[in-house]
Amino acid sequence: MTTVRTIKAKQRPGDRVFSASTTIAGCIILAALAAVAVFLLAESVPAVVSGPDELRDGADTFWAYVAPLAFGTLWAALIALVIAFPISIGIALFISHYAPRRIAQGLGYIVDLLAAVPSVVFGLWGIKVLAPLVTPFYQELTTNLGWIPLFSPPASGTGRTVLTVGIVLAVMIIPIITAISREIFLQTPVLHEEAALALGATRWEMISMAVIPFARPGIISAAMLGLGRALGETMVVAMVLSPAVVISFVLTGSSNPATIAGNIALNFPDAYGVQVNALIASGLVLFVITLVINSVARIVVNRRKAFSGAN
Amino acid sequence: MTTSATTGIANSLTTGRLPKWAPWGLLAGSWAVAAVIVALTQAAGEPADFNIVAAIFFGTILFDIAIVVLSALIEGSRQARDRLVTSLVVTAFVVALLPLVSLLFTVVVNGLARFDLEFFSSSMRNVVGEGGGGLHAIMGTLLITGMAAIISIPVGLLTAIYLVEYGRGRLAAAITFFVDVMTGIPSIVAGLFAFALFALLFDDPGIRFGFGGSVALSLLMIPVVVRSSEEMLKIVPNELREASYALGVPKWLTIVKVVIPTAIAGIATGVTLSISRVIGETAPLLIVAGFTTSMNYDLFAGRMMTLPVFVYNQYANPGTDVQVYLDRAWTGALTLILIVMALNLIARLVAKIFSPKLGR
Repeated sequence: MTTVRTIKAKQRPGDRVFSASTTIAGCIILAALAAVAVFLLAESVPAVVSGPDELRDGADTFWAYVAPLAFGTLWAALIALVIAFPISIGIALFISHYAPRRIAQGLGYIVDLLAAVPSVVFGLWGIKVLAPLVTPFYQELTTNLGWIPLFSPPASGTGRTVLTVGIVLAVMIIPIITAISREIFLQTPVLHEEAALALGATRWEMISMAVIPFARPGIISAAMLGLGRALGETMVVAMVLSPAVVISFVLTGSSNPATIAGNIALNFPDAYGVQVNALIASGLVLFVITLVINSVARIVVNRRKAFSGAN
Repeated sequence: MTTSATTGIANSLTTGRLPKWAPWGLLAGSWAVAAVIVALTQAAGEPADFNIVAAIFFGTILFDIAIVVLSALIEGSRQARDRLVTSLVVTAFVVALLPLVSLLFTVVVNGLARFDLEFFSSSMRNVVGEGGGGLHAIMGTLLITGMAAIISIPVGLLTAIYLVEYGRGRLAAAITFFVDVMTGIPSIVAGLFAFALFALLFDDPGIRFGFGGSVALSLLMIPVVVRSSEEMLKIVPNELREASYALGVPKWLTIVKVVIPTAIAGIATGVTLSISRVIGETAPLLIVAGFTTSMNYDLFAGRMMTLPVFVYNQYANPGTDVQVYLDRAWTGALTLILIVMALNLIARLVAKIFSPKLGR
């Protein structure tokens, strides 16, 4: 920030103390992240080397135990992303390019309001309002579209399916995807937009020719950050899903794959012995999955230096 | 909406285009039609309570189709595609609002049932069935979140100062990157970390206590504090620093007396928002702070109830009279939302009132 100085300023004790303490604070963050990895690893080892009888659900090895959970995590998050992505892009475009300038910011606040609702409240809403609401639709889907493997009968009678979870998760990740895409849409060079409009393009043609190509990498990383959020979401899954140990793509059935986070929340309070270690180890797997996805997303975002302030 | 001439005279520029009121009229019409259809199905006794949400939803979809067909007939395919996207974009916004409205409505309506003095003045100790309240949970939430704030704010703020004022080279780059990564840590992993840390430290495989919750929450809170403070420190004009240096003020005093006071409003806003973000966290507290029905003022000993966990517990482990437990859960949810909204409001007010009157 300051220019290169040829004269060396006198180092005062206050300066030394202050700069040292800020450096230490920065290092504490690195140490904390390292400690997360180390302590989770240390507590995970007993589960990974455990025998066949000690784990829940009759899994022979830890990997057999965690595989369906990892599948469920990815599957639920993917459903959420498929639902949330087009809606979020739509909202972001609406706020950045369609809504009247004066109310656009207010609309942004309204969407941010969704992010302020605690996840446990979403869970309560999902199970008490959304699940009963969608159950009749699931019945219709399985009777009419049952030939599609995703909707193969029988339908769940409670609505506590992976699709319901996906919908609630989608609502929860819409604000983050919207916020990031909105920022990026607003950074489109105005001259490009005006050039497109001046050549007679309709607003959609302007957006598809000037805005979208400019924003594509940012949109992709926004989607990945949303995916990362959905992967780690716990309470909604724990409260809404009726879990089972299966690998199944059926969206509307009564036997749904549990997710890592939901499984931990449901079983941790009364787990003991190696089961605790197995849950922690599954948490480590979740940590690694989200770490990879978030890192890739961040690298894509950071490549565009002008954009900062994700979140 | 359209770029046509604004005068009311019919000229060649506006022919072959839909009038300005057409989309709005069509939207109102579609909503009316959908409302009638929904009312009819309701009267026929199909699904028990199909409501206004369904009417608006299907009406909007009907509008999307109608406007495209109409536009294609009158304005041509390019305009029709533009209309389609416009209506889809608006629809996306409306669709996202529906859950928000439904959620707030449900929480307020259901939460008011037990939003009384007893809820805020008693714990759940020895309560089976009716009565009882969430005082112990509110207390626990305040204590645990307060402790998390005490840990996070100094670390986060100092790190932000390091990144903006001192940090150069690889260490700063690494911290920036890992702070970004930390924002993506799943909350339950933070809880597991705090549990693993203290279980190994105290050699107690069943450890549950409030301070562990604070550690887990600060892991989630620090990156938010760092990010927001960093942004705020960055926008402090460099001229202020240079003026201070020119007067011979040491760097650390420049930061403490010039840079931070200039950015304090933004920093306070960011900190308040970060508190509002972690105060609703459930999963880590479920893991490491546990459940209890009694008051506990000691962060370092014994299980401690928090408001989100209280909501979850009332829902998940009801007694014989389920409705009583659900009412308490909804009231807890309402209280939680009110706290979060209040924090958000305070943050915005702080930003508005205390922001320095610099050139913006």
